[in-house]
Amino acid sequence: MSATEYLRVSKLHAFYGESHILHGMDFTVRRGECVSLLGRNGAGRTTTLRALMGLTGKRTGSIVINGREAIDMAPHKIAQLGVGYCPEERGIYSSLTTEENLLLPPRVGSGGMSVEELYEMFPNLAERRHSQGTRLSGGEQQMLALARILRTGARLLLLDEISEGLAPVIVQKLGEIIRELKTRDYTIVLVEQNFRFAAPLADRMFVVEHGQIAAEIAQSELAGRMDYLQELLGV
Amino acid sequence: MNEIFGIPLPALLGQLMLGLVNGSFYALLSLGLAVIFGMLHIINFAHGALYMMGAMFSWLAMVYLGIGYWRSLLLVPLFVGAIGIVIERFLLQWIYKLDPLYGLLLTFGVALIIGGGFRYVFGSSGQPYSIPPELGGAVDLGFMFLPKYRMWVIVASLTICFATWFMIEKTRLGAYLRAGTENPGLTQAFGINVPVMVMLTYAFGTALAAFAGVLAAPTTQVSPLMSSNMIITVFAVVVIGGMGSIMGSIITGLGLGVIEGLTKVFYAQASSTVVFIVMVIVLMVRPAGLFGKEK
Repeated sequence: MSATEYLRVSKLHAFYGESHILHGMDFTVRRGECVSLLGRNGAGRTTTLRALMGLTGKRTGSIVINGREAIDMAPHKIAQLGVGYCPEERGIYSSLTTEENLLLPPRVGSGGMSVEELYEMFPNLAERRHSQGTRLSGGEQQMLALARILRTGARLLLLDEISEGLAPVIVQKLGEIIRELKTRDYTIVLVEQNFRFAAPLADRMFVVEHGQIAAEIAQSELAGRMDYLQELLGV
Repeated sequence: MNEIFGIPLPALLGQLMLGLVNGSFYALLSLGLAVIFGMLHIINFAHGALYMMGAMFSWLAMVYLGIGYWRSLLLVPLFVGAIGIVIERFLLQWIYKLDPLYGLLLTFGVALIIGGGFRYVFGSSGQPYSIPPELGGAVDLGFMFLPKYRMWVIVASLTICFATWFMIEKTRLGAYLRAGTENPGLTQAFGINVPVMVMLTYAFGTALAAFAGVLAAPTTQVSPLMSSNMIITVFAVVVIGGMGSIMGSIITGLGLGVIEGLTKVFYAQASSTVVFIVMVIVLMVRPAGLFGKEK
């Protein structure tokens, strides 16, 4: 893992209309690193990802992605920096078939996986390629939401609650996929409620509270700080 | 066997054909409205004015620039589409976040300004626009003489309607459009320039209206007032079909043209009202329209 910085978020404030949600987020992610944003519901984790994509209202501060300042960019420009976003609600389009969903996001970088490779990784999607996207099961929809950003060549993946509401066997499969992506040097930000899912995958964990980073915990410190996390997250 | 319900067969088939011609215009216009509504969530009240501009510009191009029908059929929609871009960039894009009612009012205002401007400059008297010589004359269908031009209207508008349907439902570009319609924020977060897509969608919808206008020019008196009757019927068609459904607007447009035509045979007095009677019945049974989805 190289130590170069891939994402630097500093003094990030974000708003939805009048409500001030993020109060100066500060964190960095190195190239090829997997970090997890942990925290209670409403702490601002999902908003952080949405703010990174330019999908909130007003934003101030700084977001540097692979050396480019993105705070004033429109969402499509941010994506074109090589960012793949998987939203919490999965965002599968009901007006598109499975395959159309998969092929929808345009290329934003080189070296994306081919459709064949993705169908091999997610055989269910190949079987159901002509079904309406929202006819898929929850697990299949999550696979599709993940697969379609792996096709585009995005190197920074923002994944919001991908394990939420899924059967344990599917969560396990997702864990394997994240591990596989780590070996391929993807940079990953995991927003997770499910601590047990995120903990073994993340190189570092950030605890988000009231729209700020409350603590940073490296994988190696995890065992020593379980009490703190338990108190904070109720895990 | 020459009569059905006491109506001579030729009269029946004749009105059926004329109904299809009117239905072709309804289909083209309501299709444009549906495309615009799907993407912009704006009920484009300027549609009639854009249709009128299509016809007026072909007449002007003929009289002042010597540009004939066939070239107008291509150039006028492009020109009006460009006007659509100006309307979208300068006016519509500022109100997307507001209640759809504002879009309706704004485009209604645009329609009044365009209509008033044209009446001020050209007056309200109708101008003749001749049928291109290639399409003069009529074809003997056995039961009636159908003017070639009217046949061409049916063929041309159906071709454009189904090409539009195919483009939206079956192609990659169409997938972008459908995705942008369903979830614009996420679609933009995938790297697709949704604001430009919205602008081009409006331009496309206005170009469809102008195309209908050029097509209509030889069939009617070209004047700044020509859209007033047509557009009210078209809005009824859209309400019946359900906002935003592509195939729904095409089928409903044609179907109501035919119903209108048949009413002329059976009870001519009701022919101008029948569309609204259908509208009332449909709204009572299916408030979202025949092809619309309940919210």
